Amino acid sequence: MKVLVPVKRVVDYNVKIRVKADGTGVDLANVKMSMNPFDEIAVEEAIRLKEAGKADEVIVVSIGPAQAQDVLRTALAMGADRAILITTECPVEPLTVAKLLKAVAAQEEPGLVILGKQAIDDDSNQTGQMLAALLGWSQGTFASALELGEGRAKVTREVDGGLQAIEIALPAIVTADLRLNEPRYASLPNIMKAKKKPLDQKSAEDFGVSTAPRLKVLRVEEPAARAAGVKVGSVGELLDKLKTEAGVI
Amino acid sequence: MAILLFADHDNGTLSEQTAKALTAALQIGPEVDILIAGKGAAPAAEAAAQLTGVRSVLLAESDALEHRLAEASAALIVGLAAGYDTVLAPATTTGKNVLPRVAALLDVMQISEITEVVSADTFKRPIYAGNAIEVVQSTEAKKVLTVRTAGFAAAAAGAAAAPIKAVEAGTEGAELSSFLENMLSSSDRPELSSAKIIVSGGRALGSEEKFREVINPVADKLGAAVGASRAAVDAGYAPNDFQVGQTGKVVAPDLYVACGISGAIQHLAGMKDSKIIVAINTDEDAPIFQVADYGLVGDLFDVLPELERQL
Repeated sequence: MKVLVPVKRVVDYNVKIRVKADGTGVDLANVKMSMNPFDEIAVEEAIRLKEAGKADEVIVVSIGPAQAQDVLRTALAMGADRAILITTECPVEPLTVAKLLKAVAAQEEPGLVILGKQAIDDDSNQTGQMLAALLGWSQGTFASALELGEGRAKVTREVDGGLQAIEIALPAIVTADLRLNEPRYASLPNIMKAKKKPLDQKSAEDFGVSTAPRLKVLRVEEPAARAAGVKVGSVGELLDKLKTEAGVI
Repeated sequence: MAILLFADHDNGTLSEQTAKALTAALQIGPEVDILIAGKGAAPAAEAAAQLTGVRSVLLAESDALEHRLAEASAALIVGLAAGYDTVLAPATTTGKNVLPRVAALLDVMQISEITEVVSADTFKRPIYAGNAIEVVQSTEAKKVLTVRTAGFAAAAAGAAAAPIKAVEAGTEGAELSSFLENMLSSSDRPELSSAKIIVSGGRALGSEEKFREVINPVADKLGAAVGASRAAVDAGYAPNDFQVGQTGKVVAPDLYVACGISGAIQHLAGMKDSKIIVAINTDEDAPIFQVADYGLVGDLFDVLPELERQL
């Protein structure tokens, strides 16, 4: 069985982003970019399936600018077998990504697609569910555990209030939550080896999918700042302020 | 301009998230129908019918819908969508699971986790963990939205009940997935996402035992829910579903007490809309103090027992 893992190049988790003064977006010039952390977890899960003999091949795919090669090489260094880069000129919306991934799935015929549950830039949390819909497949979202069986998979999902176990028919879409696993670091020899692994370059036009956005971003604003309050000297003073000044207890 | 609101409920009770999402729906347009998908869900439907501003309640019941799994729920909503311009749901784990599937089946680009309704087609939503706010307009014939409920007040339960209509549940999608079990944390405390007061602990607690020993008594005295930072959850001091932040729950209680939490931006994204924030931390330079209304520099192992005694 092939496992397909889509990965996204995003602003690094540790970067404090700045909104552009003219409100047209977020300043991405000279900012460190990395693989979306949830996608790293998805890559790790696919590699573990291969190591356990449950998957034959792990294919990673990224949709974005030419520099998205870097995150594909990272995934290859972690242990993925080959990569596909679909280049696009401008940022693409989750629905477009799902349509392109559907086309890739039609060519590669994976038995499982594992994605991160959301990208930490647009925080949309849509692509996996949309891909499942377009393929007519089942979906196990926000997974914290995955067990593959014959034609079915058991997915433990992180839901409000705890966990939920479901069984889904294969082929399926699984989206990774934080606690599915801890991704490995690529070793230097593997980073060198990854440079020789196949990376196939395509463009969105090759798949006949329009990348025109459906939504119009009118502007991007700074969030309302919260003014720092006062420091209190004692528990007694704190309780007094909460009772009389704030009136919350 | 009719609006379909996919309700969050557990068949027996309607979640407060639904009442909050209704407030957002009513800011978009006046004709709002609430869809209750479930099994034995008449109590939830009756509660929904009591909410002020609801036009009608649609009740769809089947085995496949009992746990509102994505495949059957999305098929149901798509079947009903012709009569609506907008489909929305609270951004709970159920709403976030089901609505993008609906959007793709309708060939619509969804707008996730709106925090403000600017107009019927324009919304504000946080991006980059709440470090930027995007003002986004949809020009699609249909709109599919999820609502981050922390910013909306719950619609009140009124006197005149709206009519409840049964709708065909259908069987489409049911073969794709099945429910096995729920492993929900049982607690006498209020639910994190709807609590008025939250006492939250961070990595400074040091262990699961200390977390329980120090945080729980204060929470009990205040009638508060217990939350945790991702660092505390990752270290195993608190269960996953306690996590407040970008990748956990987004909360906005009247009072949020952050104990031993440094205030990483991912945590602030989950609680900075709280009305009053109290920070207790030994490090007076911790970023949490920059958003706190009241800060107390001190060792939480001294401060919290003292707080409990004085309450």
